[in-house]
Amino acid sequence: MALIKLKQGFDLNLKGKITQEIVSEPTQSETFAIIPDDFTGVIPRMEKKPGEHVVAGEVIYHDKNDEKIKVTSPVSGTVAEVVRGDRRKILAVTVTPDNKGESKSFDTRSNPKELLLESGLWAMLRQRPYDIVPNTDVRPRDIFITAFDSAPLAPSLKTVLGDDERFLDKAVEVLLSLTDGKVYMGCPTDYTIDSTGAETNTFAGPHPAGNAGVQIANIKPVNKGEVVWTLDVITAARIGKLFETGKVDYDTTVALTGCGIAEPCYVKATMGCSLKSLLDGRLVEDGKEKRIISGNVLTGVKENLDGFLHAPYRHITVINEINKKDEFMGWASLSPKKYSIYRVFTSWLCGRHKEVDLDAKLNGGERAIVLCGEYDKMLPMDIYAEFLIKSIIAFDIDKMEQLGIYEVAPEDFALAEYADTSKLELQRIVREGLDKMRAEMC
Amino acid sequence: MDKIKPNFQEGGKLAKLESVYDGMETFLFTPNTTSRSGAHIHDSNDMKRTMITVVVALLPCLLFAMYNIGFQHFKATGATDATFWDMFLFGLLAMLPVIVVSYVVGLGIEFIGAQIHHKEIQEGFLVTGILIPLIVPINTPLWMTAVATAFAVIFAKEIFGGTGMNIFNVALITRAFLFFAYPSKMSGDSAFVKADSAFGFGGDAANGFTCATPLGDIATNAMDKVPSTLDAFIGLIPGSPGETSMIAILIGAAILLFTGIASWRVMLSVFAGGLAMAALAHALSSATYPASMLDPIAQICFGGFAFAAVFMATDPVTGARTKLGQYIYGFLIGVFAILIRVYNGGYPEGAMLAVLLMNAFAPLIDYCVVQANINRRLKRAKAK
Repeated sequence: MALIKLKQGFDLNLKGKITQEIVSEPTQSETFAIIPDDFTGVIPRMEKKPGEHVVAGEVIYHDKNDEKIKVTSPVSGTVAEVVRGDRRKILAVTVTPDNKGESKSFDTRSNPKELLLESGLWAMLRQRPYDIVPNTDVRPRDIFITAFDSAPLAPSLKTVLGDDERFLDKAVEVLLSLTDGKVYMGCPTDYTIDSTGAETNTFAGPHPAGNAGVQIANIKPVNKGEVVWTLDVITAARIGKLFETGKVDYDTTVALTGCGIAEPCYVKATMGCSLKSLLDGRLVEDGKEKRIISGNVLTGVKENLDGFLHAPYRHITVINEINKKDEFMGWASLSPKKYSIYRVFTSWLCGRHKEVDLDAKLNGGERAIVLCGEYDKMLPMDIYAEFLIKSIIAFDIDKMEQLGIYEVAPEDFALAEYADTSKLELQRIVREGLDKMRAEMC
Repeated sequence: MDKIKPNFQEGGKLAKLESVYDGMETFLFTPNTTSRSGAHIHDSNDMKRTMITVVVALLPCLLFAMYNIGFQHFKATGATDATFWDMFLFGLLAMLPVIVVSYVVGLGIEFIGAQIHHKEIQEGFLVTGILIPLIVPINTPLWMTAVATAFAVIFAKEIFGGTGMNIFNVALITRAFLFFAYPSKMSGDSAFVKADSAFGFGGDAANGFTCATPLGDIATNAMDKVPSTLDAFIGLIPGSPGETSMIAILIGAAILLFTGIASWRVMLSVFAGGLAMAALAHALSSATYPASMLDPIAQICFGGFAFAAVFMATDPVTGARTKLGQYIYGFLIGVFAILIRVYNGGYPEGAMLAVLLMNAFAPLIDYCVVQANINRRLKRAKAK
């Protein structure tokens, strides 16, 4: 066990934190949805048609390129609709629950890899390079579990985990059988999760210390030709539970946070549940347009009330779309209310760590990269972020590879995207770079 | 603003002025655009704020320049009864036309460029536009300033793709253009003190009045005319408008460093390089190279060295962008500035040329630093 101190990064102190650790009971969701975009790299081919019955853990679709990768239903019920977008791309598959709570039973003695694939939990894992659902042909070098989420307003994964912590030993045992290397557990300074078999490291420092990518970079970086898997401790507990009980459990605890929530709290929920069931009666009614984010403010997905809880997140954030409209000559503002992590506004007088209420405004136009070192200050990795971004924009494969594109995921650039004076869409750029790179290499 | 907006959108009567309208709108109101992809929140700091902060950092230099121009003028005319406000007003009247010309020409070209490419207007020229009047000698004819500004904006910036893409510092290209195209107006004894009146204000000095800058005096071995280092620190000496006062420059440096806009690594290492080279030159001083007689502190205080270190070398676009690279880049600027100043009889001042030279080498320095990172990564991959 080692303590790793990270200097780069920043903890944004946003309004709308959860003050009590009480977990309230859920309201029944009338629909559940699986959103294929949450499982990057998997192209859905439906196995169930609308009207067919499924139980929790039963396959809904598999990957077009690799039939073994399956995505399963979070609840028992009837497949309601396959929502399609442009060029018939599947945007969501909705399931109407029958509230019978039926769940598919798996044989826990079967091959671990096959059980993971069959149960749909494989699709919850991510691999580096490319930040996609792992390729089934490759045995990973190591597996990295992150035990905390350091994003703004993020839930304490310890609270979300609750009793399920007891399944972690089993999970580590299973994961160890899938790699020739080690299973690493990255913990925060305020609690440690010790699992037999896993190597535990403690990370001290601001966000993005909780990102798996940052933890890998500071333990054992990914080299060209290597593959590692990443997952968070919640997914690990689900794996452990599957191998103990033979059932997939998609129930979880969700944090409702942000200044748009009247009383930020934890709620019990199931993956893919409707946001209406989570947010009804909990939003602040002040007439301002709200932005509902499934996830955190940096990496989450913009949704509306008809949306759903996305698979990778145990977190809903609601912020104001615009706090103050048509701000007159905002660039010349002397108001201490204009928050910045740089000392160019008078808000530094109140301290950079003061609790603030930020809206979704871009606060400026997109420009070429001018100031230097901004990205590096937000990324605790041995990577020249700005040069990497430029090589991605230019799509220079050799340079991308040399500068370390295999080590990063879009989420690692989320904080830099917040801080960027040039307002570039860094996460989109990195995602496109990874996708193109993968298309070239495969 | 919203009422007249349709006129400027595609198909509107004034669609050709779309970029201008957009520029004005975003200048007056912070846009209400919200984030579409990726992070949902963004920092309040944007390019406009950054650039305006640099302009604020330049204000002490600008105000002092106005006062000093008046001071030098009344000293030249021999008027002893001029008050502080007389001097300041004279300087203001003398500088205003230069500022107006610089902004009108530069921004005009930026506006046209933005419109041709259907892009938003970039803010880079806000800073360049104020730098130009501060580094161009006050007696330079306005048309020359206009031609040089146009040349610099078009050939040093727009052809590379605008703000953020240029290789050389635009303001320095303006000055270099003047320096090499019209050398007689740019150096020598009559360029730096405005001896005739400004808009009829102030008197005229005796015909043929000349007054060289301290470095000019040194180069011609007129050591008795050289002011003391303290005078140079305060800044009431002849020179390009913005460069004379070390105090004003240091206030600007403090603003830039405090806000974190300029790199302290570059600034520090320029001064370190300058002091090191000056100390070396001073230790090996000889009468052949009169400037080597100056002690290192005086070298830093005279001429445009400090101004270049604080406002020119720290330009992030044209400088080195890696941390290690910034140390090397800054140090070499300091060394070359003093080297040219001391050992090249043709140019009494070397700061401008040193920065431009290192601008050209900055990408190479960065390349080497980044290559080291790449090699580290390759080695790691092999070591497994």
